[in-house]
Amino acid sequence: MQPSNKTLGWMYQTMVTSRRFETVINKIYMEGKSPVFNMANGPIPGEMHLSDGQEPVAVGVCAHLTAEDIVTATHRPHHQAIAKGVDLNRMAAEIFGKATGLSGGRGGHMHIFDPAVNFACSGIIAQGMGPAAGAALSRKMQGKPGVAVAFIGEGAANQGAFHETMNMASVWKLPMICVIEDNAWGISVAKSKSTSVEKNHVRAASYGIPGHYIPGNDPWAIYDVAGEAIARARAGDGPTLIEVETFRLAGHFMGDAEGYRPKGEKEALFARDPIPAMRQRLEAEGRFTSSELDGMEAEAQARVDAAIRFARESADPKPEDALSAVFA
Amino acid sequence: MEMENERKLTIARAMAEAIAQEMRADPTVFVMGEDVAQLGGVFGNTRGLVTEFGPERVRDTPISETGFIGAAVGAAQDGMRPVVELMFVDFFGVCFDAIYNLMAKNTYFSGGNVKVPMVLMTSTGGGYSDAGQHSQCLYGTFAHLPGMKVVSPSNAHDAKGLMTAAIRDNAPVVFMFHKGLQGMGWLGTEAGANVHVPEDAYEVPIGKAAVVREGTDVTIVSIAMGVHHALKAAAQLEADGISAEVVDLRSLVPLDRETVRASVRKTGRLIVVDEDYHSYGVSGEIIATVCEMGDIQLKAPPRRIAYPDVPIPFARVMEQHCLPNADKVAAAARELC
Repeated sequence: MQPSNKTLGWMYQTMVTSRRFETVINKIYMEGKSPVFNMANGPIPGEMHLSDGQEPVAVGVCAHLTAEDIVTATHRPHHQAIAKGVDLNRMAAEIFGKATGLSGGRGGHMHIFDPAVNFACSGIIAQGMGPAAGAALSRKMQGKPGVAVAFIGEGAANQGAFHETMNMASVWKLPMICVIEDNAWGISVAKSKSTSVEKNHVRAASYGIPGHYIPGNDPWAIYDVAGEAIARARAGDGPTLIEVETFRLAGHFMGDAEGYRPKGEKEALFARDPIPAMRQRLEAEGRFTSSELDGMEAEAQARVDAAIRFARESADPKPEDALSAVFA
Repeated sequence: MEMENERKLTIARAMAEAIAQEMRADPTVFVMGEDVAQLGGVFGNTRGLVTEFGPERVRDTPISETGFIGAAVGAAQDGMRPVVELMFVDFFGVCFDAIYNLMAKNTYFSGGNVKVPMVLMTSTGGGYSDAGQHSQCLYGTFAHLPGMKVVSPSNAHDAKGLMTAAIRDNAPVVFMFHKGLQGMGWLGTEAGANVHVPEDAYEVPIGKAAVVREGTDVTIVSIAMGVHHALKAAAQLEADGISAEVVDLRSLVPLDRETVRASVRKTGRLIVVDEDYHSYGVSGEIIATVCEMGDIQLKAPPRRIAYPDVPIPFARVMEQHCLPNADKVAAAARELC
């Protein structure tokens, strides 16, 4: 399955939007946090997990989804949220903890909920597995269209929730896809030190479902495999496990000194940055001209700037609003 | 007292009837859990449902509590109303992330934009020598954590009405049913739990306690099995000339503090009966509710008859020594009055 030019343009522009968004977040996050790094300070306090480098996974999968499909994401959710079509202004405002944020500031960057596009994420490893299966079950029981995609990291494949849910999704033949973004590191622990198998897609065999491995952080290959899996789920043929080799260009979280990385790893990864690589291929294949790609990048930047401005200019929540919205 | 057209049900049958009526009225209601279909639930509370509604809507799950409770959260957020069973509340240890970090928090974390209308029904209570992984109540554990409503009926009438209200509620509701009240012969049963249950659907409001016996000298507050200990103690005390009022909390979250306070304001004495552990629990919360405003004059210090702070033992004599009972409640009342 190969993407059309229109889809490729969307994929590229969405990757750039995510990267530009995180570049700005990165900069603003450090405001008020130097010379002494204190996570509680600055306009964006708390933990911050950036997804730089992992954008191909989000766009390669979400290119096949519409607003009615369900995505559950992780503590590192920005690229997936942007690719799923989450309202960028209100997402930025939520990351800043503002009243106009998607959750009025109650959730922050690890708890982004946009029911308009069926997106949710959460902060504990493999936690989105059950809810994705449940949403898929809901569609199946109601006879409504829609597939559910659970994005997880490779560390999550060692969680009980992963195993329990994959088994259940297979037994019930749910329209669900689990996408493992393998960035090789569980915070500071290498996958080779934590995981009994070299590649997690082989675990699909234990659930009696198809498992695919996609090397190279390649948007085209991800699009191809995800498309087949999602079509299979839509046809009622059940779940698929997809493992994508990707990498994070940032630390686990901001403030991570990344002393666990072997010397030279980061430099090598930057040389494989998927965004310039995709641009190069799009140009080389003659799909878009250089000025068309520049235009996409400018549009992405403008959207990011507007979202950040919206967040900056929004008011803080009323402190006493902390006491509301416990129950629907 | 006999009544015309009396229809006494067990709590188990009352729960199943409430679920069936809501399933008939609302196609988004469904049941899932371990052994809920053909077996009808280990405690009988889903008996007969699979025959009427089929295995899609009355769904046996793998033994994967994290998986299927997490799935219930996702289904609820997507427009369904799951009634999901955690067979024994003690099993919360393998799935509390799905319960507490997802079910209870997603509404808040979404700023109220995501509803999680699900019922988590779970069995509580001991007294039949099943030891400490199958006998706890854990009322305080669940009620302590914000984001979940918590109810526990003492009789079949309230069980049906609370279940109906729980299924219709847009918030997650933890429905705790005490095994000793369930009407399962093999567990032994408190006969007082089997009461008349109207056939038509009705709600018992969540968050509203009931004064189940009026009195003037001492207020005995409890929930589920403890209510029956309190009522038996009140009958003993009547012979001694002590008039005990019994408050059945029915809900722990929201807690009907005003009914408790009004009763103690009248009697001036308070005993809390709680089969959950003594410390950091419901009993302490009720005593604080009565004392913290400083406007209720107690004639005697408040007392609690609760489970001691030890894991629940197997041996009958040891477990029975620890459990609340009517004699302990009556003895405490005699000391106070």
